[in-house]
Amino acid sequence: MSAYVIRGVRPYGEEAVDIVINDGVITELAPVGTGKGEVIEADGLIALPGFVDLHTHLREPGREDAETIESGSQAAALGGYTCVHAMANTDPVADTAGVVEQVWRIGREVGLVDVRPVGAVTVNLDGKHLAEIGAMANSAAEVTVFSDDGKCVHDALLMRRSLEYVKAFGGVVAQHAQEPRLTENAQMNEGALSGKLGMVGWPAVAEEAIIARDVLLAEHVDSRLHACHVSTAGSVEVIRWAKSRGVNVTAEVTPHHLILTEDLVETYNPVYKVNPPLRTKKDVLALRAALADGTIDALATDHAPHPHEHKDCEWGAAAMGMLGLQTAFSVVMETMVEPGLLDWRGVADRMSVQPARIGGVESQGQPIAVGSVANIVVIDPKAKWTVVPEALASKSSNTPFAERTFPGTIVHTMYAGRPTVIGGVLA
Amino acid sequence: MRHLLSAGDLDRDQALLILDTAAEMAALSDRSVKKLPTLRGRTVVNLFFEDSTRTRISFELAAKRLSADVINFAAKGSSVSKGESLKDTALTLEAMGADAVVIRHWDSGAPYRLAHADWIGGSVVNAGDGTHEHPTQALLDAYTMRRHLRDGKGALEGVRVAIVGDILHSRVARSNVLLLQTLGAEVTLVAPPTLLPIGMETWPCEVSYDIDSVLPKVDAVMMLRVQQERMQAAYFPTAREYSRLYGLNGDRMRLLPEHAIVLHPGPMNRGMEISAEVADSDRAVMVEQVANGVSVRMAVLYLLLGGAKELSE
Repeated sequence: MSAYVIRGVRPYGEEAVDIVINDGVITELAPVGTGKGEVIEADGLIALPGFVDLHTHLREPGREDAETIESGSQAAALGGYTCVHAMANTDPVADTAGVVEQVWRIGREVGLVDVRPVGAVTVNLDGKHLAEIGAMANSAAEVTVFSDDGKCVHDALLMRRSLEYVKAFGGVVAQHAQEPRLTENAQMNEGALSGKLGMVGWPAVAEEAIIARDVLLAEHVDSRLHACHVSTAGSVEVIRWAKSRGVNVTAEVTPHHLILTEDLVETYNPVYKVNPPLRTKKDVLALRAALADGTIDALATDHAPHPHEHKDCEWGAAAMGMLGLQTAFSVVMETMVEPGLLDWRGVADRMSVQPARIGGVESQGQPIAVGSVANIVVIDPKAKWTVVPEALASKSSNTPFAERTFPGTIVHTMYAGRPTVIGGVLA
Repeated sequence: MRHLLSAGDLDRDQALLILDTAAEMAALSDRSVKKLPTLRGRTVVNLFFEDSTRTRISFELAAKRLSADVINFAAKGSSVSKGESLKDTALTLEAMGADAVVIRHWDSGAPYRLAHADWIGGSVVNAGDGTHEHPTQALLDAYTMRRHLRDGKGALEGVRVAIVGDILHSRVARSNVLLLQTLGAEVTLVAPPTLLPIGMETWPCEVSYDIDSVLPKVDAVMMLRVQQERMQAAYFPTAREYSRLYGLNGDRMRLLPEHAIVLHPGPMNRGMEISAEVADSDRAVMVEQVANGVSVRMAVLYLLLGGAKELSE
């Protein structure tokens, strides 16, 4: 493999260097202008470890009209990601070694990011019988994250058993916390606005009650719990309390829950329909503070592509979910970096180091230092860009940020020592 | 005004213009020839995704009395999963040249979506969407109250109205709260806590769990239909208990002031939210509400489809 030098870049926004890469590994941090290899210009730009997404819906197999592993990998690379965790709610569901190996293998063939399959906790996500977690863990895909995402493992006994069972494989159960009876046919956050709009509410307590139960179960059986897409101020309090007790719990927040609020539902435009729903300003501020202080460990996109007809319709008929991979960094830039809640090392931690740790991906989240695997994203924090849905790499265009201008662009992405994105386009 | 989607979109002047226009339309129905040529050559589509024979024939009669061509489009089961989408239905109607679409839909916000998604160019009238709004029902209720309590003139300043029943699922209640507030009335909602939405403290009205304490203080009481199936979702234990606690029977009716009227948007569950004695009493104005509904819907179609210009000329 050839040698590259990322010229004049500032790791973590600190002193400028040449990052020299040989055979996929960072071999030298040299004074600017002295590194040897194929030059990638990055004068004054910022280098961070490549981003790792814990929560990506790649839709393949089953809904290749919405996204494929290839198109999703392209979106990921363009968003600065070098690793994504492909959620299990495909068709067929990723509940066997066969399906997770297929996803893993196609991800390797595409070769733009590490595609790490997430295995289902229960067969067909039905919440009734444990899936063959051991077979998935021992497969070529080496699955460590198990989730019925899209559905909650709501049966308390089954959740307890899952938490216990994954311990044998060093796994973690990533819970989609949604009490099903409290959210039957729920359409939006429950509050004064849902009452006014005549929509069935999705109350915060339906998330908080499950997280509260699960942290207690995780403590009881001494296992690892990960809370997916935390969306309420109350959930933050529960997780903060659990961590203070020493419970082995981690949590993620999506970009959209850091920036969008429920009042957008007043447009009845289903592009704002997502699960968990957009919440209130108070929740948004609590989530930002929690990501800043580490109560929430990681940013995760919940990138959820849907074909046009599933959004170009009335609210009740529309699918839930939003694109996220290509806008995630800019949202963090606007909501966390510019207000001073996170510095560049903080961004690296929440978007790369912590998700890699939670997902158990050793080759990811490594520091920008000699000897590390060269998974690197190069950012221009001064540039601005405007989101054009059709121009995104995803096969779908359901971004809630159409026409919005954001700070921060992804200039280059290096995956395992090779450029996947150069100058903002696929290499 | 191009669409009528929410009672909250009407300011006081617009609401009064509709009520005054409805009064003129009502005068017409006393004539032997009950038809105006105003909307000749215009097409009104009744697009009903949900059965509602009463509302549909009320709009149909209103449009016909204005000489419009009326098409009834009963679109059963329309979502991506169930058949033709709302969008494709809308594009079809647009291609046929619909000047106004009167839409009843099970999904809250569907009329708003139809009006704003760039699928059609005509006016949209919300004839009831999900558990959201039913603005022409609120207009006909206000019209009826004005006739009985304010001599058919002006607004409803100081009129005290109780709305009793399944507020949570009621589009009639939402539209009434908004319109009655605009017209200066004071509204009290009465229901068990399970049938009140979260966040009601932000609504421009009072809330009570006790019907008996409210009735002596109101000029009008509006009883809402309560679906007996609701008890399966634990909103109340039994139909009998609901009826005992919140139903309007003869004894409760006698708590009302002498002049107070009883409204119901229909269809009534006799013996559930309202007893036969009340429904058949001379305080009950349900039959008149139906007649007023036609006048109000004539006024809405007339004003939306450009009749206002002719009116001022």
